[in-house]
Amino acid sequence: MLIDLLQIILLTVTTVAVMVVTGFRRDHGLINALTQTGLCAALLVFAVIRPVTPLQVTPLLIIDEYSLFFSCLIIIGAIAVTAMAYPYFEKHHQHNEEFYLLVLCGTLGGVVMAASNHFVSFFIGMEMMGISLYALIAYTVHAQKPAKFPLEAAVKYLIMSGLASAVMLFGMALIYAMVGTFEFPLLAAATGGLDTSLHPIMLVGYLMIIVGVAFKLSLVPFHMWTPDVYEGAPLPVTAFLATISKAGMVAVAMRLLLAAQAFSFGQITVVLSLLAAASMIFGNLLAVMQSNVKRLFAYSSIAHLGYLLVVVIAAAAVPELLSVESMSFYIAAYFFMSIAGFAVLSALSNAGKEMDSITDFQGLFWRNPWLATVMIVVLLSLAGIPLTAGFIGKFYIFTTGVEGQLWFLLTVLIIGSSIGLYYYLRLIYTMLQEPHNNLVNDPAALKLPIGLNVVMAAMTVAIIYLGVYPTAFIKTLQSLASTL
Amino acid sequence: MILVWLMVILFAGGIGAALAESRGAEHPRAVALTAILIDLFLVILMLVAPDSLGLGTASTVAQLGQHGDWLVLLKAEWIPRFGVSFIFGVDGLSLMLVALTVFLGLMALGSAWGEVKERTGFFYFNLLWTLAGVIGVFTALDLFLFFFFWEVMLIPMYFIIAIWGHENKHYAAMKFFIFTQVSGLLMLLAILMLVYFHYSTTNVLTFNYFQLLGTKLPANVATWVMLGFFVAFATKLPAVPFHNWLPDAHSQAPTAGSVILAGVLLKTGAYGLLRFTVPLFPDESMAFAPVAMTMGVVSILYTAMVAFAQSDIKRLIAYTSVSHMGFVLVGIYAWNAQAVQGAVMTMLAHGFSAAALFMLAGGLQHRIHTRDMDKMGGFWGVAPKLAFMALFFTIAAVGMPGLGNFIGEFLVLLGSFKVNILLTGFATMGVVVAAVYSLIVIQKVFHGKNKNNYTMADLSAVEFICYALLMIGLVWMGMYPQTMLNMAQPSLQSLGVAFPG
Repeated sequence: MLIDLLQIILLTVTTVAVMVVTGFRRDHGLINALTQTGLCAALLVFAVIRPVTPLQVTPLLIIDEYSLFFSCLIIIGAIAVTAMAYPYFEKHHQHNEEFYLLVLCGTLGGVVMAASNHFVSFFIGMEMMGISLYALIAYTVHAQKPAKFPLEAAVKYLIMSGLASAVMLFGMALIYAMVGTFEFPLLAAATGGLDTSLHPIMLVGYLMIIVGVAFKLSLVPFHMWTPDVYEGAPLPVTAFLATISKAGMVAVAMRLLLAAQAFSFGQITVVLSLLAAASMIFGNLLAVMQSNVKRLFAYSSIAHLGYLLVVVIAAAAVPELLSVESMSFYIAAYFFMSIAGFAVLSALSNAGKEMDSITDFQGLFWRNPWLATVMIVVLLSLAGIPLTAGFIGKFYIFTTGVEGQLWFLLTVLIIGSSIGLYYYLRLIYTMLQEPHNNLVNDPAALKLPIGLNVVMAAMTVAIIYLGVYPTAFIKTLQSLASTL
Repeated sequence: MILVWLMVILFAGGIGAALAESRGAEHPRAVALTAILIDLFLVILMLVAPDSLGLGTASTVAQLGQHGDWLVLLKAEWIPRFGVSFIFGVDGLSLMLVALTVFLGLMALGSAWGEVKERTGFFYFNLLWTLAGVIGVFTALDLFLFFFFWEVMLIPMYFIIAIWGHENKHYAAMKFFIFTQVSGLLMLLAILMLVYFHYSTTNVLTFNYFQLLGTKLPANVATWVMLGFFVAFATKLPAVPFHNWLPDAHSQAPTAGSVILAGVLLKTGAYGLLRFTVPLFPDESMAFAPVAMTMGVVSILYTAMVAFAQSDIKRLIAYTSVSHMGFVLVGIYAWNAQAVQGAVMTMLAHGFSAAALFMLAGGLQHRIHTRDMDKMGGFWGVAPKLAFMALFFTIAAVGMPGLGNFIGEFLVLLGSFKVNILLTGFATMGVVVAAVYSLIVIQKVFHGKNKNNYTMADLSAVEFICYALLMIGLVWMGMYPQTMLNMAQPSLQSLGVAFPG
C-alpha cells in the first residue's frame, strides 16, 4: 500500500525538506536543485508503482494506471515550471525559495486530485492547489519592479476560485444529502442505475459541481478570470496554471462523471454540450483580438478545453474506453504544447520584464531560430496540423465525435478551429517578419540556461513523436482506459 | 520502396539545404538541385524502365496498368489502433503527375536560381518539402495518409508565400492557408464518416482506399460525405465560388511559389476528384454532375472575363488558371472516356503552360519591379527572346492546335458534348474569351511603345533552358498525345471510366 503512495510521499517529503532547508540557508540554486531532484524521483517511481496497481488506498484515493498517467503528467509539468523559474527569478527577484515550496504543494494537490475517488479527497486536492496558486500568482508583488500586475490577478483568482469552490461544495452537500455517501463508486448505485430519471436535487447537485469544475477549467461562461490571471501572474505560474491545475481537474472530473454514470442523464449532457460549444466559439473569437501572447494563450486554452469537452460528452454515446482514451491523448498533447509554449515565453522573459506582446515576437525566427522553431511547432500543433501531437489529438476528437454522432458539436469544432488558425498563423507570421532595426539588449540573443533548453527540446520531440508515430502511446492509453 | 525514396530524398535534401546555408548563400540551391535531379532520374527510370527497378513483370508501366496491376510498392502498419497504414502506390495517372511534380520542381528551382537571394537555406527547405508533400498526395492510398500529406504540402507553401512573397504577402498567405485548411477539415470529417459507416457495416476499421471503395452509405449521408470531399478538392482546384484565395496567393507568391502552386498544387484537387470523390461515391457524384459541370462552366467563363479586367499580370495569369481548371472539372464530371482523358491532358498541359507563364511574369517583375501591365509596353524590342517565349506559351494556353492544351480542351469538349450539349456550348465560348485575354497581354506588354523606357536583360542561359524544356513538353503533348493517353487509360478504366471497345 505504501508503495502505491510513493509519489505522494516523495512529494510531501520534498516539500518538507525544501521548507527546512530554506529555514537554514537561503540559496536559490540549492533549493531549485532540491525541488528538481524530488520531482524527478517522484516521476521515476511510477515504474515501481505501476506493477502493483490498481489499488484502493483508504476510501479516499485510488492508485491505478489512470491516476498514475495524470500524476506523471502533472509532475512533468512541475519539473518544467521549476526549470523555467530559476532563470526567471535569479538576479531579478529576491527571496525565491518559497516559490518552490508553493509549487510543490500545488503539485501535490494535483496528484491527489488525479488519484481521488471520493469527494473529500477531491476537495482537499483542489484546495491545496488553489491556495498555493493564490500565493504563487501574487509572488512577485513585492518586487522592485514587477513585470505585471500580480496582485490584481491574485485577488481576482482568489475571489473567483473561492466562489467556485463554495458552489462545488454546496453541490457535494446536496448529493450527500440524497445518497448518503461521498465515494464515487457508490454514486451510481445510489442514483438507481440507468433507467430512472435523476432526482431534481441530485441534478442540481451535479450541475453545481459542473459549474465549479467549469470555473477551474475556465469554460465559457465561467472564463472571465482567465485572461487577466494569465497575464498578471509571473510566467512560470501561468505555465503552472495552464497545465497542472487543468490536468488535475480534468482527471478527477472525468472519473466522477463516469463513476456516477452522469452521461445517462440527458440534462447533464445538454449542459456540457452548451459549455463546450460556447467555449469553442468564444474562446477562439476572443483570442483573435488579443495583442498579448499570454492572453492569447489564455483564450486558446479556453477553446482547447472546449474541444476536450467534446470527447467527454461523447462518452454518452460511444464506449467509455474510447472517450477516456481520446481525452487522455488530447490532454497529454495539450500539456506538452502548453509547456513548450510557455517555456519559449519564459526564455525571453524575467521577473523584471516579460516579453509577451505579439510585437516582441517580430522576427524571432531570424533572431533566434531555435526558440522560434519550438514556438512554430507548438502553434502548428495547437492548430492541429499533421506531424504534430495536436493533429492526432484533433483526429481523436473527430473520430470520437463521429462515432458519437455529435454533428452539432463537430460543426462548431470546425468553425472554432478555423478561427483558431487565424491567430496562430498571425503569431507565426510575426515571427517570420523582418526584425526591428533598433533592437537593444535583445533577450533572444542571450544564452539560454540548459534546463530550459532540455525542457523545450523534450517537449518538441514529444510533440513530433506523438504526431508521427503515436502507436506506442496509444497502447498505453488503451490499457489505462480499461482500468477505469 | 522507390516511392518512399522519392520523398525521403526530398525531405532529406530540404534539411540538407537548410543546413548548407551556413557555408554560404549559394550552397543550398546546389543541394536542392542535386536532390531534385536524383528524383528526376528515379522518375524517368520508373517511366522508361520499370523492370530495372524490379517494379513488376510487365515491360512498361502502361502495360502493367492494363493488367489492372498497381505498382503497390509499400504497405506497412502505421497506427493500427485506427486501421491506418502506409500504403503508397502508383499507376499510370499517379506516375505522370509525380513526373510533372518533379519536373516542375526543377523549373521552380530554375526560376528561383537567380531570384532568391535571402535566407536561401530555408527557402529551398520549403520548396523541397512542398514537393515531397505533393508526391505523397499523388501516391498515398490510405485516406488518412492522403489527408496527412494534403496538409503537409500546405505549411511549407505558406512559408514560401509569407516570407518571400510580395507587398501583400501576409494577407495572401493567410487566405491561402485558411481556405485550404478549413476545406481540409471538412474532408477529414467526410473521411471519418466514410470510415465510420464502413466500420459499422463490416466491423473492419480501416482507412485503406481499396477496402473503402464500394462502401454503401445511407443515401442521405452519402451526399453529405461526398460533398465534404468535393468542397476540399474544388477549393484546391479551384472552382468558382471557392477560387477566392487563388489570385492573391499566386500574385503574391515568389515566382517559384507560383510555379509550384499553378503547376502542381492545383492538380492535387483534380487528382482528388478523379481518385477519390467519383470512385468512392459513383452514384452521388453522377447525380451531382450537372451542378459540378455548371460550376466548371461558370469558372471557365466568369474567371476568363475577370482575367481580362486585370492590370496585374500575375493576377491575370492566376485567373486564367481558374478558367483552365474549369475545363478539368467539366471533363471529370462528364465521366466518359474522352472527357476524362481530356481532363488529364489539360492537367498536364496546363501544368507546363501555367508554370511557364508564371516564370515569365516573375522574370518580368524581377527585371522591372512591377507587375502592372499599364506601365509596360514595347518589350519585344528590348527582350526579344523573352517576348518570343511569352508569345509561344500564351498561344499554347489559348489552345493552339499542335500544343498540349488544345488536345486537352478539345477532348473535354468532345466528351462533355455527349453528356450535356448546352453546358458544352457555353464552355466552348471559354476558348474564345481565352483568346481575348491572352492576346491583350501580348499587346500591352510586348507591342506598342515602351512608355517608361525600361531596359532589361534578355533571357539568361538557365531561363532559356527551362523554357526550352517546357516547350518540348508541350509540343510532344500536342503532337503525340498517345503517350500520355496510353498511360492514363488503364488507371482511368480501373477508376470506373467506361472506354469503348
